[in-house]
Amino acid sequence: MTRLSPLRITQLVRKELRQMLRDPRSRAVMFVAPVIQLVMFGYAVNTDIRNTATFVVDHDQTAESRALVEAFRATGYFEITGRSERPADLVKVLDHGDALVGLEIPTGFASDLAAGRVARVQVIVDGVNSNSATVALGYAQRIIQRFALERAQASGQLPGGGIDAQARAWYNPNLESRVYNVPAVVGILILLMCLILTALGVVRERELGTLDQLMVTPLKPAELILGKTLPVALIAFIDLILISSVAILWFDVPFRGSPPALLFAALLYILAGLGTGLFISSISKTQQEAFMTMFLFLIPSIILSGFFYPISSMPLGFQWLTLLNPVRHFLEIVRAVFLKGESVRGLWEQYLALALMAAGILSLAVARMTVRERR
Amino acid sequence: MSLSRLWAVARKEAIQLRRDPRSLGLAFVLPAFMLLFFGYAITMDVRHIRLSVLDQSRSQESRQLVEAFLASGYFELAGHLERYGDIDEELGTGRARLVLVIPPEFQPDLAAGRRAQIQVLLDGGDANTATIAQNYAEAIVTGFAVDLVLRGRRLSLPVVAESRAWYNETLESRNMIVPGLVAVIMSIIAALLTALTIAREWERGTMEQLAATPVHRNEVVLGKLLPYVAIGMLDVGVAFLVGATVFGVPLRGNAVLLTVLTLAFLVGALGLGMFISAAVKSQVLATQAAILATYMPALLLSGFIFTIATMPMVLRAITYVVPARYYVTVTRGILLKGVGIDVLWPQGLAMILFATVGLGLAIRAFKKELA
Repeated sequence: MTRLSPLRITQLVRKELRQMLRDPRSRAVMFVAPVIQLVMFGYAVNTDIRNTATFVVDHDQTAESRALVEAFRATGYFEITGRSERPADLVKVLDHGDALVGLEIPTGFASDLAAGRVARVQVIVDGVNSNSATVALGYAQRIIQRFALERAQASGQLPGGGIDAQARAWYNPNLESRVYNVPAVVGILILLMCLILTALGVVRERELGTLDQLMVTPLKPAELILGKTLPVALIAFIDLILISSVAILWFDVPFRGSPPALLFAALLYILAGLGTGLFISSISKTQQEAFMTMFLFLIPSIILSGFFYPISSMPLGFQWLTLLNPVRHFLEIVRAVFLKGESVRGLWEQYLALALMAAGILSLAVARMTVRERR
Repeated sequence: MSLSRLWAVARKEAIQLRRDPRSLGLAFVLPAFMLLFFGYAITMDVRHIRLSVLDQSRSQESRQLVEAFLASGYFELAGHLERYGDIDEELGTGRARLVLVIPPEFQPDLAAGRRAQIQVLLDGGDANTATIAQNYAEAIVTGFAVDLVLRGRRLSLPVVAESRAWYNETLESRNMIVPGLVAVIMSIIAALLTALTIAREWERGTMEQLAATPVHRNEVVLGKLLPYVAIGMLDVGVAFLVGATVFGVPLRGNAVLLTVLTLAFLVGALGLGMFISAAVKSQVLATQAAILATYMPALLLSGFIFTIATMPMVLRAITYVVPARYYVTVTRGILLKGVGIDVLWPQGLAMILFATVGLGLAIRAFKKELA
């Protein structure tokens, strides 16, 4: 094989860049859309459970029952959005989804307490969102237990004592889900950009026949591939820096690690993304096919990345499958670099995995492309 | 509008679809496959949380507390720590997600009837898991404390909580995910099917041929839509069947209502795809626009995973133009809650409005191309 010519590659890169940046619409798609998406989705990716809409049916209407409702409100997890004396109203608000939690205090609550009988309180949650329902139920049960224990201890029915658990979260003291999720959105947007620009870009030229024009030039297949992918890599890199800055400046995501650690990971990740894009383009005849294949790859790679579904809860087979997913490794790196300030050394397994995947998919794609374009 | 011309366009589109086996195969197989795949893979339940213990008390009580953590089934023991300074590395390397610190005063405090203090330190890096782990930990500690206070007495706590979850009694995450996933998958499929259909004709130059025929633009848009609506309805049917048979997701409401609302949703989502396709001439741009307008919003702004109520005002306003938002409410409402049109009419109305506007826009955008 003859040597590659840097001159020819530079020429092609320049042509490609000019072509991509010429159209204002595609400029907007490449540089403005990712920022808008990050801002939009950055606000959306919030799983904090605070101010859960709570509907109270208080049949007792005493100082005691109000104290219990106040204990719910004071934690900040529950926001009392409505009250009524009829249980039918509770059914209605839960059916309409206007409240997610219902608290029903029976008549005789205060007198039961005074007489030393066990008072019963009903807590009903909308179980459709099983995740937040579980957490809300847990909060509610603890509030009631605590209320009961303190009552009994104050009245001398039970001796003092108890345990206070002080919970503190490291790296993210307020347990804001946004801080955890925004870096993940960055990773996904970069992947999207790589895939669309390479997979569809190359297939489009093939469809239009302009790829054949390039074939008849003295360009070698390897030069052609490099010339096609380098501009995309450059744009993806600029996008990464752009939206990471937005994440840090706009969403106050802490950046505790070192920029080189992030950029190095991004390089490997972008290479893997480009390789995947090229591979898709090499097995697709039309843009429609490329589009379909891209989705087929994109959906599992997001869902099996640990973005919002914890990998450790997946069945074992799926956990192994996630090891083949570059997004999983990149998200682990991004989150650790942003939040924990982890160094490359602490994350070498993820870096190695990304590097192996990038090398593997790129050589596979190049091999397929070379064979295909020679024909 | 002529029905025979409409039919001719629909047939042409169907024939073209049949010649593209990959697209057709994907359109039929993808939804059921994704549902099966993700239905098994996805669970929001958090288990096997790695726990390390720094037990400075070394008392019977402290050992019982650790035992209570392990017996809950949510935690597994990652190790015992010797010094407070070890915690940083333990959480930093991810060897443990949660460190339980029991100070030396723990046992004397309990014996004297004072409130004993313990620390629960969490890896907040993963806020979702940390919130749930904290919740579990506090429940275990409270339960343990109550048992300790009540020990040896024939008393119980004066207030008992009877808690129940409605609509999803066992709090299965599958029941939450499957109906929502159908909405997300169908948003994607709808965009996938239609986004390229008009842009393709434009790029291949067949648009001029189509323009030269007497076919009206209403007929082109509606005719192109028909085969995709048929495929979409079939997809949804299969998806719900898989949900019911494989994952045991109930259907508590009215199947006819579900069908009608599904139709409204599909026409809207497909219309949106057609509009994008007609508005931008190139397939690359149509792809990007379709992803921007359907995939990510359907995933993140539909209420499928992230609660709309906790989003800021502006974003909440944006969710009103995401058709998947209404459809997620509809599928969960009919399947799990068993509610009817009296609750779901706003969603139904919104989707019909969406379908009308989407189709109208597609027809308008199409006219511009031909001019």
